[in-house]
Amino acid sequence: MAVEILKEKYRSKVGEVVLGATKEEGGTRSHTITVGGETSLPYLHFEGETPNRPVMALEVWDTAPTEWPPFFEKFYGDVWNDPGEWAKKCVDEFGADLIQLRLAGADPDINDASPEDCAGAVKKVLEAVGVPLIVIGCGKPEKDNLIYASVAEAAAGENLLLGVAELENYKAVNSACMANKHNIIASSPIDINICKQLNILIIEMSTAMANRIIIDPTVAALGYGAEYSFSIMERARNGALQGDKMLGMPMIGNIGSEVWRTKEAITPTEAEPGWGEQEERGILWEATTAMAYLQSGIDMLVMRHPEALKIIEKQIDDLMQDNSY
Amino acid sequence: MIIIGERINGMYNDIGKAIKGKDPKPVQEWARRQEQGGADYLDLNVGPASPNKIEAMKWLIEVTQEVSDLPLCLDSTNYDAIEEGLKLCKKPAMINSVPAEMPKMERVFPMAVQYGAEVVALAMNEEGIPKDADSRIALAAELVATADSLGFSPEMLYIDPLTLPCNVAQDHGPEVMRTLREIKLISDPSPKTVIGLSNISQGTQNRDLINRTFAVMAMANGLDAGIVDANDNELMSAIATARILLNKDIYCDSFVNVFINRNR
Repeated sequence: MAVEILKEKYRSKVGEVVLGATKEEGGTRSHTITVGGETSLPYLHFEGETPNRPVMALEVWDTAPTEWPPFFEKFYGDVWNDPGEWAKKCVDEFGADLIQLRLAGADPDINDASPEDCAGAVKKVLEAVGVPLIVIGCGKPEKDNLIYASVAEAAAGENLLLGVAELENYKAVNSACMANKHNIIASSPIDINICKQLNILIIEMSTAMANRIIIDPTVAALGYGAEYSFSIMERARNGALQGDKMLGMPMIGNIGSEVWRTKEAITPTEAEPGWGEQEERGILWEATTAMAYLQSGIDMLVMRHPEALKIIEKQIDDLMQDNSY
Repeated sequence: MIIIGERINGMYNDIGKAIKGKDPKPVQEWARRQEQGGADYLDLNVGPASPNKIEAMKWLIEVTQEVSDLPLCLDSTNYDAIEEGLKLCKKPAMINSVPAEMPKMERVFPMAVQYGAEVVALAMNEEGIPKDADSRIALAAELVATADSLGFSPEMLYIDPLTLPCNVAQDHGPEVMRTLREIKLISDPSPKTVIGLSNISQGTQNRDLINRTFAVMAMANGLDAGIVDANDNELMSAIATARILLNKDIYCDSFVNVFINRNR
């Protein structure tokens, strides 16, 4: 009996976004990274194309983190007072495709770093590594709005991915991206309606931003509502493939920072012996969360633990194997 | 809903005159305006007055394609005019239309296959427009079966259940709604459906209100496409809203603008 393979035909595809710029393009990166471009649901190579494999960033902070579990020290302890060295280690030793620099030190409750300090940290990382850079603020909008312009200007030509823009606060970061030709992270609180509207508002400020947007739908960690993010990402991807241009952008998720604040990842072995060894548990928590989002179409994963990154690297290798009939 | 802009039709004075005097301006102006209004296709009809329908259709296609990339819907009962027109279309076009009459179906479906065109098919035959839903559905089934036997995919077929003005044929309304629902059950994949929206309000008061109310009701019953006034903003807003309420488009606060600008 003949079996006919069912192949979905889609009207549209996800847009491609290029991150970073080489010398010829006005930057100093050793290479650029392109994300997006899918013409099918995730890894259905038999009915469409996944021209660009998902990429992983490791987190680098501009200040030594104080609340990470103690075993992170063996990876980052010798470099986490220097964002440049830290970034270099992530790329050279741990194999990160790109670096996400979080300007945590700008937080008024941490170091209250000035816009100039923040620009300095960005420059340090740019000098230390050749990979494209993601830069995000401290998460406090009133302070972040003060630092976007100086960071964007200091890195003009580098084609950064800068964020985050939110519905209630997108103009300052978008202006900085428009003026210095950077890409933007459009972040929405697990709400596809807000996700779509924010993309519209960003593009209304400048149509040139249309292929410079990366959607951050907000990922939740395994066990903490991951299925909400999962289904929203699926819906966004279906919308994109069916021709909804306002959802036709690649997606990013902050996996590491979400996972490493769950009870399961931060509770020491002695406190919960039944859960098994903490570090292994945390690594698997991060990897499993990331694995699930690969299936809902995520293009960029921001990880924290080098071992979790390694597991997902292998997973991506496997998923990128051609499965066409 | 797929919007087929109705305005480039020789029955309108300005288009009739433009065709006669070979003045592309009014045609191109309406092509642009309908595109801006949110049309997906542009219907082209040379009207009853043109003496040479083939030449008039070719001219309409050429001048329209000079200013618009939208696919065209060639609206004529003269199949030679349609065939000559299909040769000129830059994008796969839509043939409007064929009734459930054997010689006409045998002329149109192979032609559509040859040019990769979609087809609007009318749920009527030599005996005219049926009164009830059952007869309309029977004709729709005949259209699907004949298309299929001639190698034409039902997915490319847009069945028009035929609407009549609500003042003189009020009892047809519910029959059309039932027809729209049941056409989807004829085959898998199912044929699409289309209506010539403005017919519903011929000779009535408050035509715009009737048109958009009917559009929303028909959409709720599964309507896929409409030959409509793409520059009726209230109509386009109602259609955008119905698409949201039917979960066809993902909601956002700018849903009306997103719908109107979706092809840009």
